[in-house]
Amino acid sequence: MTQNIAQILAGIAAGPFLGGLISGLDRILTARLQARIGPPVLQPFFDVMKLLSKEKMAVNVWQAFCAYCYLVATAISLVLFFLQSDLLLILFTQAVGAVFLVVGALSSTSPYSQVGAHRELLQILTYEPLLVLVVVGIYLETGSFKISAVFNWHEPLLLKLPFLFLALGYALTIKLRKSPFDLSTSHHAHQELVKGLLTDYSGPFLALIEVGHWYEIMLILGLCSLFWATSWFGVIMLVSITYMLELIIDNVSARMNWRWMLGYVWAMGLTLSLVNLIWLYQG
Amino acid sequence: MSVIDKIQTYFRKKSPWLLHFDCGSCNGCDIEVLACLTPVYDIERFGIINVGNPMHSDIMLVTGTVNHRNKKVLLNLYDQMPNPKLIVAIGSCALSGGVFREAYNVIGGVDKILPVDVYVPGCPAKPEAIIDGVVMALDKFSREKVKEKGYA
Repeated sequence: MTQNIAQILAGIAAGPFLGGLISGLDRILTARLQARIGPPVLQPFFDVMKLLSKEKMAVNVWQAFCAYCYLVATAISLVLFFLQSDLLLILFTQAVGAVFLVVGALSSTSPYSQVGAHRELLQILTYEPLLVLVVVGIYLETGSFKISAVFNWHEPLLLKLPFLFLALGYALTIKLRKSPFDLSTSHHAHQELVKGLLTDYSGPFLALIEVGHWYEIMLILGLCSLFWATSWFGVIMLVSITYMLELIIDNVSARMNWRWMLGYVWAMGLTLSLVNLIWLYQG
Repeated sequence: MSVIDKIQTYFRKKSPWLLHFDCGSCNGCDIEVLACLTPVYDIERFGIINVGNPMHSDIMLVTGTVNHRNKKVLLNLYDQMPNPKLIVAIGSCALSGGVFREAYNVIGGVDKILPVDVYVPGCPAKPEAIIDGVVMALDKFSREKVKEKGYA
């Protein structure tokens, strides 16, 4: 019981603290890759605290409601992850959060927000099947959907599920809002959609969404860490190498359109996943 | 000034997000504003981001002369910014109308329409001067200054 409470608290704290720090490191490393100095590592926290102290301006009640729901759903999914719960349940909770974000953007009449929301729906459509296939692969290997089973498994899953890890990489790039998949919104505004999905969220509600995004980053990085769950050293190495690759991909690629994203990610991701699943099933 | 006010001011100064609006400038000042974002000046060091969205921004940078057409757009953008908000006028045209001040369609500087906080002179204003202007504007985020302007 005490252990459960400790896990829940760790899950609630990990999003805002670790997620914010990773996001700060992300901004510094991105700046260095562009020959800039970059902001201080605590900059994401400064941004969120400032947004919380701004005037509350919501387009309508539903937008505010959806911002809260997004934060709560993403926080619950990370807490479930720390409780070493069922992977399918975690994915379901995470999807609920993602959809609330879209509903909030759709509740505004701004065309930027609307188009951003539709693109976000396409992004969800693109990465959700991959996430489910990754979980199916983990089930075929360990015989359980529970995360606790993955942590008790005797060898790193990456050795048996290398192609599924690549497929998870596509989902990670989409979820982190990195190029070439930063269609609906991205860290840098000034695209044709201004800030896309997030255009009409402002002040404290934008802060809630930013914190929710940190929870989501932590969750997807947590899914990555399952692939080398036998040692802490393996987890940290795998996650940092993956994140560094994400940053490089973000900086060397341009933003593509949704047709390319859907066609390319489904063709590559689903093929890689199926090859891996057939290999597991045969072996 | 209570502790909460001090904390709020601290974070506001640490993370000013900019909205850059071109009121029909010759693009000289606009290029200098954008130059601040390049690796040479890299204003992201101070947490400054050019957000391009009034609903996310704290400081509005205005370049160019105000005329009867774009004053509506200027006011609309100003109204969409959540409080507390600051205005920085950049370049001779935004300050007074510049060489266009006698033109029949020109109202004059930005301060004819909006309460300007900092004036950055120059034709065009240098990037160093623009950064200096934004930093001076940040001091106005302290609670007393914000109250003077009639914000909550």
